[in-house]
Amino acid sequence: MSTTVTPPPKKVNRLGLEVLSYKGGKTTLCAGCGHNSISERIIECFYEMGVKPTQVAKFSGIGCSSKSPAYFLNMAHGFNSVHGRAPAVSTGAMLANKNLVGIVVSGDGDTVSIGLGQFMHMLRRNVPLTYIIEDNGVYGLTKGQFSATADLGAKLKTGVINDLPAIDVCLAAIELGATLVARSFSGDKRQLQAILKTCIAHNGLSIVDIVSPCVTFNDHEGSTKSYSYMKEHEEPVHEIDFVPFFEDISVEIEEGTTQEVTMHDGSILRLKKLGREYDPTDKMGALRIIHEAHSTGDVLTGILYVDSHKENFLDMLHVVDQPLATLPDTMTRPPREALNQIMEELR
Amino acid sequence: MSTTEVTPVGPHTNGHAGPVINDFSIQVATINGSGSQTANNVLMRSLFQMGIPVSGKNLFPSNIAGLPTWFTIRASQHGYIGRKKEIDFCVAMNPETAQEDAAKLDAGAAIVYDEPLKLNATRSDLHFYPVPFDKLVGPVCPEAKLRKLVRNMIYDGVVGHLLGIDFEEIRKALYKQFGPKKVKAAELNWNAVLAGREYAEKNLTKTDPFQVQRTDKTAGKIIIDGNAACALGCMFAGVTVVTWYPITPSSSLVESLIGYLKRFRIDKETGRATYAVVQAEDEIASIGMVIGAGWAGARSMTATAGPGISLMSEFIGLGYYTEVPAVIFDVQRVGPSTGLPTRTMQGDILINALCSHGDTRHPMLFPSSPEECFTLSGAAFDLAEFAQTPVFVMSDLDLGMNNWMAEAFPYPEQAIPRGKVLSAADLDRLGGFARYRDVDGDGIGYRTLPGTDHPSAAYFSRGSGHNDKAQYSEREDDYVKNVDRLSRKFETIRKHLPAPDIQSNDTASIGIICCGTSRYGAEEARDQLKNEYGIEASYYRTLAYPFHPSIHDFIERHSRIYVVDQNRDGQLLALMRLEFPVDEIAKLRSVRYYGGMPIDARTITDDILRQEGI
Repeated sequence: MSTTVTPPPKKVNRLGLEVLSYKGGKTTLCAGCGHNSISERIIECFYEMGVKPTQVAKFSGIGCSSKSPAYFLNMAHGFNSVHGRAPAVSTGAMLANKNLVGIVVSGDGDTVSIGLGQFMHMLRRNVPLTYIIEDNGVYGLTKGQFSATADLGAKLKTGVINDLPAIDVCLAAIELGATLVARSFSGDKRQLQAILKTCIAHNGLSIVDIVSPCVTFNDHEGSTKSYSYMKEHEEPVHEIDFVPFFEDISVEIEEGTTQEVTMHDGSILRLKKLGREYDPTDKMGALRIIHEAHSTGDVLTGILYVDSHKENFLDMLHVVDQPLATLPDTMTRPPREALNQIMEELR
Repeated sequence: MSTTEVTPVGPHTNGHAGPVINDFSIQVATINGSGSQTANNVLMRSLFQMGIPVSGKNLFPSNIAGLPTWFTIRASQHGYIGRKKEIDFCVAMNPETAQEDAAKLDAGAAIVYDEPLKLNATRSDLHFYPVPFDKLVGPVCPEAKLRKLVRNMIYDGVVGHLLGIDFEEIRKALYKQFGPKKVKAAELNWNAVLAGREYAEKNLTKTDPFQVQRTDKTAGKIIIDGNAACALGCMFAGVTVVTWYPITPSSSLVESLIGYLKRFRIDKETGRATYAVVQAEDEIASIGMVIGAGWAGARSMTATAGPGISLMSEFIGLGYYTEVPAVIFDVQRVGPSTGLPTRTMQGDILINALCSHGDTRHPMLFPSSPEECFTLSGAAFDLAEFAQTPVFVMSDLDLGMNNWMAEAFPYPEQAIPRGKVLSAADLDRLGGFARYRDVDGDGIGYRTLPGTDHPSAAYFSRGSGHNDKAQYSEREDDYVKNVDRLSRKFETIRKHLPAPDIQSNDTASIGIICCGTSRYGAEEARDQLKNEYGIEASYYRTLAYPFHPSIHDFIERHSRIYVVDQNRDGQLLALMRLEFPVDEIAKLRSVRYYGGMPIDARTITDDILRQEGI
């Protein structure tokens, strides 16, 4: 009998990579911050989906949320840019290299206040990116001022009441052209995972508004972005199953209660309905239920809208398949005869 | 003493004994949107085709139609193509400005005008050529709504006859202007030219001395505006990502580029584009996309003007600090604020040199001609990728939007240099890298591109403090080390910039320093000083900032240096004051013009004479 103990085989994904290859640096955010849970989900999703980490590019603006790309996927290039401008930087990078898998992590101040203009135009363009808004209704890094997603009547720890209405990013996103729009809660591990995997598979712009409580400045009674408020008011519109294209599993489908959406890459999104007559491919219906939830104070979560057919921005530009960034001179510099011809025309 | 004092002379002599050949300026005063641009370009081009050096300057309002506009053509057998202050030959088509146009002329000038304006009643010391344009246009243009456009073509016929322009050249220029697809429109306009000629032949007696004569001084040359020349420079430099927001006077740079890219940058095998052009929602987004694309390895650029630069400044600081290549064309116009959007100025020198908060310095290239627009555009991309930093190309409205006579552009012979970029194979060999480490001692680190398939390829770019491994750091020593390296990089850049244009004269005690389009006024002023006053002046035109080390030697060898600026505050001079030693600064004097027109030689000559006490 041998005395050597064989260590259990290391768990790897379809690329043969361990989850370690998807980890980031140590977080510097507050203990218990919802953003840290989101980083964990991002790591799990890229690992489980078997996306090559070196193919990913991470982007952010400025704020607590925008620090988080440093806390996942160390093997991916990252760009922590300027406040509210991650849409432009990420769009530019995707123009340069269409083979990148782009993920943007922003916050409510970054996206909905200073960056609202850029955000709206990114929606129009349907740039193929996963755009996450870590939404806590306050500016954490400047110590707890209201942002534009804070609900009317929400109360700060200091007693200050928000007297302006909130901007609902999901409504804006559906209206202006994003092709996958979801809302989730940082504490809802299973739903968030399924949503993020769908975003990674989606060939267009995905917007995910994730309510992510700020434990330091906005997790008290009177806040509508606290853990306790979300536990009481989160209302999933469906249960989500995401089946990546490479998985060969069959799931029982209950007739009439489950809707399937085939994603561009062949993956399947399965949405099991929870008591509502709701079709996330119906734009008007999606807008309606979000408005209805506003009136009852509920926070609807799930994939609120999906269009898996619309052409994305890079396809519209009709660029060559290779990344523009690394095209050879022979493709980027016209020949001598071209210059001669132009000069002749100008004589 | 001013050199522009003119003793009034009779209209028939104009102070010249005989005919004035190939040396005069024509000014056409019309209304914006009346199609005069075509008539003016045809006139300019027909002179060019006769071998006469020409330049054209369009002085237009910030408006689409209905406001006064002036087009000036200068013919110069000596090859001077700067603006000439004095107008010799005026075409007054705009009733609103005609009185003033006539009043501004020096005695002895010639004026073609719409007969009902009766300009001959306003003064008697000009050569008057009344033409009944409305009567002439009817028969050649039966369609009433086209008459406004065709009417202007008539003055080409009148002026052509009076100056002795070869009508075959006018015909060629006109058909070239309309192109092969608009032959009918060309015919209509050609008939208008002929009607003008016929009227002039029968009714006008030439009394002025201005004439053209065929010569051979434009052989092989081209006519192009600076914006189109920059566009060609970008295309042949291999630009791949272009993002922009329309703003006068830079819009036509990108519009020309789009036109050329569509013709010459479609991959033959797939029919797909080897470039991406995006019209962004504002200048902040356009520079953001440029920085994102440059970070990901594209040759990326934007074109803008002063107000755009103000908006872009935060991103330009990010580009400097994260060390991302970017090329920014600034086609300068008159500021501050909206300023005079359709007038020219070198008003962004200081803001661009130091653009964004904190300690920042940015290289600038100053083209002065279409040839330099072409070559310096290429140089800007090479420099941006070599030094991994934003680079400005400092054009201006005069250069960008006016038509210039130019030498044909040289095809770039060198392979496109992409700077210090590590591949996966390099990383295998090296085992890894630190993004901001000064391995070569030149201040420039090595970078990798996103998507490089190697476990050590990634790094994290951030506008916050970082150490040489691109890790977040607030440490004093990391910060100081990093920004000192950026200073070292700026010194490396200084050694890699285009050399200045120096015309030194050993006997000269004064020197002139200028940049960009100030050259035309400055070069001609230098000749005026010598020919009219016997004053020798050396000449130094910087093509770039940071300044070439030779500028110190130039200052050293002269007693007084006149720095020519097209702005109120002497911005080029101020930039020199920021970094030059005190004894050099003491020699610097300022010559400034900031009225919105291209600076002219007389303004420079007169100001130098004044400061010299002559």
